[in-house]
Amino acid sequence: MTMISRQDVKRSLLVSLWFVFLSFPIMVIQVNPVERTVVWRWSNMLTVAVASFLLSLLVRVWLFRQEKRLVQVQLSPSPQPSIFHDLLKQQKFRYPLVIAGSVIVLAFPLLFSSYQANIMTTALMYIVLGLGLNIVVGLAGLLDLGYVAFYAVGAYSYALLNLHFDLGFWAALPVGGLLAALFGVLLGFPVLRLRGDYLAIVTLGFGEIIRLILENWSAFSKGPSGISNIPRPGFFGVEMSLDQAMTFMYYLMLGLLAATIFVVNRLQDSRLGRAWVALREDETACQAMGIDKAGTKLIAFALGAFWAGLIGVIFAAKTTFVNPASFTFMESAIILSIVVLGGMGSITGVIFGALILILLPEYLRPLSEYRMLAFGAILVAMMIFKPEGFITGSRRVYRFQAQKNSPILKDDE
Amino acid sequence: MDYFIELFCSGLTRGAIYALIALGYTMVYGIIGLINFAHGEIYMIGAFTAFIVATVLSIYGFPLAAIVVVTGISAAIWSSAYGYTVEKIAYKPLRNAPRLTPLISAIGMSILLQNYVLLAQTSDFLPFPELIPEFAFMEPVAHIIGSSDLVILVTTAISMLLLTLFIKFTRLGKAMRATAQDKTMALLVGINVDRVISATFIVGSLLAAIGGLLIASHIGQINFAIGFIAGIKAFTAAVLGGIGSIPGAVLGSLILGLTESFATGYVSSDYEDVFAFSLLVLILIFKPSGLLGRANIGKV
Amino acid sequence: MELTTRTRNLVTLAAVILVLLLPGAAVAGDTIRIGVAGAHSGDLASYGLPTVNAARLVVNEVNARGGINGKKIELLIEDDMCKPELATNTATKLVSQGVDVVIGHICSGATKAALPIYKEAGVILISPSATSPELTQSGQYPNFFRTIASDDRQAKPEVEYVLNVLAAKKVAVIHDKGDYGKGLAEIARKLIQDSGKGEVVLFEGVTPGAVDYSAIVQKIKQSQADAVIFGGYHPEASKIVSMMRKKRMNTAFVSDDGVKDNTFIKVAGKDAERVYVTGPRDNSQNPLAQAANAAHKKSYSADPGAFYESSYSAALALVNGIEKAGSTDMALLSKALQTEKVDTPVGTIHFDENGDAVGVGFAMYQVREGKFVEVK
Repeated sequence: MTMISRQDVKRSLLVSLWFVFLSFPIMVIQVNPVERTVVWRWSNMLTVAVASFLLSLLVRVWLFRQEKRLVQVQLSPSPQPSIFHDLLKQQKFRYPLVIAGSVIVLAFPLLFSSYQANIMTTALMYIVLGLGLNIVVGLAGLLDLGYVAFYAVGAYSYALLNLHFDLGFWAALPVGGLLAALFGVLLGFPVLRLRGDYLAIVTLGFGEIIRLILENWSAFSKGPSGISNIPRPGFFGVEMSLDQAMTFMYYLMLGLLAATIFVVNRLQDSRLGRAWVALREDETACQAMGIDKAGTKLIAFALGAFWAGLIGVIFAAKTTFVNPASFTFMESAIILSIVVLGGMGSITGVIFGALILILLPEYLRPLSEYRMLAFGAILVAMMIFKPEGFITGSRRVYRFQAQKNSPILKDDE
Repeated sequence: MDYFIELFCSGLTRGAIYALIALGYTMVYGIIGLINFAHGEIYMIGAFTAFIVATVLSIYGFPLAAIVVVTGISAAIWSSAYGYTVEKIAYKPLRNAPRLTPLISAIGMSILLQNYVLLAQTSDFLPFPELIPEFAFMEPVAHIIGSSDLVILVTTAISMLLLTLFIKFTRLGKAMRATAQDKTMALLVGINVDRVISATFIVGSLLAAIGGLLIASHIGQINFAIGFIAGIKAFTAAVLGGIGSIPGAVLGSLILGLTESFATGYVSSDYEDVFAFSLLVLILIFKPSGLLGRANIGKV
Repeated sequence: MELTTRTRNLVTLAAVILVLLLPGAAVAGDTIRIGVAGAHSGDLASYGLPTVNAARLVVNEVNARGGINGKKIELLIEDDMCKPELATNTATKLVSQGVDVVIGHICSGATKAALPIYKEAGVILISPSATSPELTQSGQYPNFFRTIASDDRQAKPEVEYVLNVLAAKKVAVIHDKGDYGKGLAEIARKLIQDSGKGEVVLFEGVTPGAVDYSAIVQKIKQSQADAVIFGGYHPEASKIVSMMRKKRMNTAFVSDDGVKDNTFIKVAGKDAERVYVTGPRDNSQNPLAQAANAAHKKSYSADPGAFYESSYSAALALVNGIEKAGSTDMALLSKALQTEKVDTPVGTIHFDENGDAVGVGFAMYQVREGKFVEVK
């Protein structure tokens, strides 16, 4: 019992006392203002006291162990990267892991119920959204709180084109993506001069403006009652039952995800990708190096928006219904959380982030009314315990191998 | 002309309300550079505490004056306590984390607090007791400006004045300004930065509690979800004025309130928020650090 | 002894693990599964949670008297936050858990998104609150029923009352930008314009949750409207009405079912006086309504919230339908719902072939001395 000292217990008692005080009006008192009755729920006070005491002790134990580990880490020279990284790095584990992973992913709809396949499709959609936003936030370092606007543009372009011109899913897919990219450039132009949090609030405002227009301009978008009966994607005219359509959707998303990962991966290593990273690290220095700041930023916005647009089209097809309620600020916040939680700038990180944040609320459903409470708490806890995200985007190191008889080296000598 | 004055007054009220919440945002941002998304929930909790205390007191038959005083004080105490605790739990461990980490933690906190109140109290809308009486001397102008508008404007003005005095002349206020300018330097000259940050959260939450109390009695109802929209609007106002600047937050709030009011009055309330956000974009294009914000000039 | 205790412990452990591993995988057929889907968290939770309470009360009662045809009812409660995309998740979850019938969803948008999934699975829905006319009148959703009147059926008496009884010439139509409120307001505007008896001098939406509505109230005043028709829910209605009275305006205020809620009177207090609302025919004398409200107060020590009575009725109608049909099969059950009358808190009802409830009378109410009083 060296882990918990008397001091710890005392401190935890104080914490517990503080929480009892803190939660007193809201947890204990319940008033009925009309019948003018007051209910004092003292049992809640006890619950708060015990729960906060235990939680505080638990955190203390964790901190203690963390400290001990820190000492060990300082003693041993090599830093310890995350366990995933470790596993993925070792060739021995890498291939079996990748193969096992892909088999599960490919067979997923066959193995599990259509509900599982359905939420997994949603998770895949959010992975792509996260990867799209990752271009803007993670690589180019432009904080975008209105990303959902582009998602909405994509969804409504399919819904409206289908409604008025009977355009099919496959035709609408590129159109939605391109329209969203256009909006990305439109947003990009005025905000080129803005930095950091000013940029954040303007993008937030932009997102809200798009939603408000969709909500209020009924003649154009059918307003809050939304557009229903949007067809699901077809596959060379094959008739599909709902279950089959969902399975098809899953594979469609899987394909799109693979394509996205490929493109984003290539982009990261490209001249453009390196320009983005340079922009993120230091705008002024980046400009001094001769990088076209405006152009690079605009391309980041456009590309990020393009993916949101694509997923928007898929969203409309999957839900078969769109209304502005799906495109609130909270949606942008969740997508941003995916990027940050996973680890900024890392593809694997975004995948983990999306899987956690999208599947978690679904798997928390057994908690019924405590679902969102737990979600909020877990979000805070994950950020505190993993402030860098799950997988930190490892910085690529380019090593310049100078030849022995290189003239530069000789000059230096 | 009457119509214009009416709209102007309602814009001012709105602006004053935003200002009380925006100040919390701007102070926190000024000191630790964090957009505190949970601030709207602190405002909501202030209003809820006020609702509970006021209703309990009125059920036990206390006189109105006593109710107002006790309610005000307890809303302020509990709001500050929540603000302080939120900072300790969700932001303090992240002082040296990447810039976006505390932002996400703030979003999580906001979801957590909303659902906490939803579960511990109710999802329903609750009638907020009338704490602001209808003044007899306001009767002739009641169709233009109500008693509660007057109280809101006066209280906001007094709070601003006190806050300015506090920031300008007290030891803690000076420490806050120093920390906002340069945290490391403040540490070096012997300022307890952690304590200053806690104090900032407490003061910001206190103002939000006043806001919560005033707004709830102005519109007569509360619910667990009121913090979100008010928070977003106040944040917009703070950025409009130049985030980190206290007079900027007030100016930004008033401009935002007036814009919304006139947009509703002369164009359409359908698009009041569109006007508000468009104005924001426009101002930021010409003044990229807000109206009164310090321009951040990067030196190489 | 030692060994047997350990074995017993092991068995218990295994049983616990088994139960944990197989959530909801109880053998189908021995219970009837009723899903309850709607907003149970998020900003619209106050419209979804009362339905959960209503369903729980009805189910407890039915189970206590032995279930339906000897089968107990099991509730599957799922949150959709009134978001279409979550509603599809909810629907697939319920369907893959083998749900038989569903009470919900709460919002029309979420309902529209979820319906095709239920339709494919042959699951019948009764919504206590989704009012979009499209849901029943488009004929696309044979599995959809509702115990609330659709927007057009609500807008008509409102408009007629305003034009004929109140003799208003200038009407301001205000809504809350939501799918319920705006839908209703648009129909009301059309009805007024078509009648030729009055004109719509103002048609605007307010932002729900905004901190202050005085600007829109000034605008209503400026428009010199004789009456205001408001489409939306009670929180916004009470804010607007209170603000109007504060500004010393006596313009008649007419609103809908979303406002006919005791919370409205509680919140708006004396400002609620003289406000007109439409709603299901006066059921304060209906013993079932009294019993339903009393049951809620007893179990939850609070007044029931929005759509409580219509969801209570939806649950009763479902139970009755399943009992009479002897099955939850879509064709049999919808036939039973259409033909068998059932006594509910909103009246003795059955459903027409579109799925709208027949027998839910509609009436105009006025708030007088803190009560909704039916006006003729």
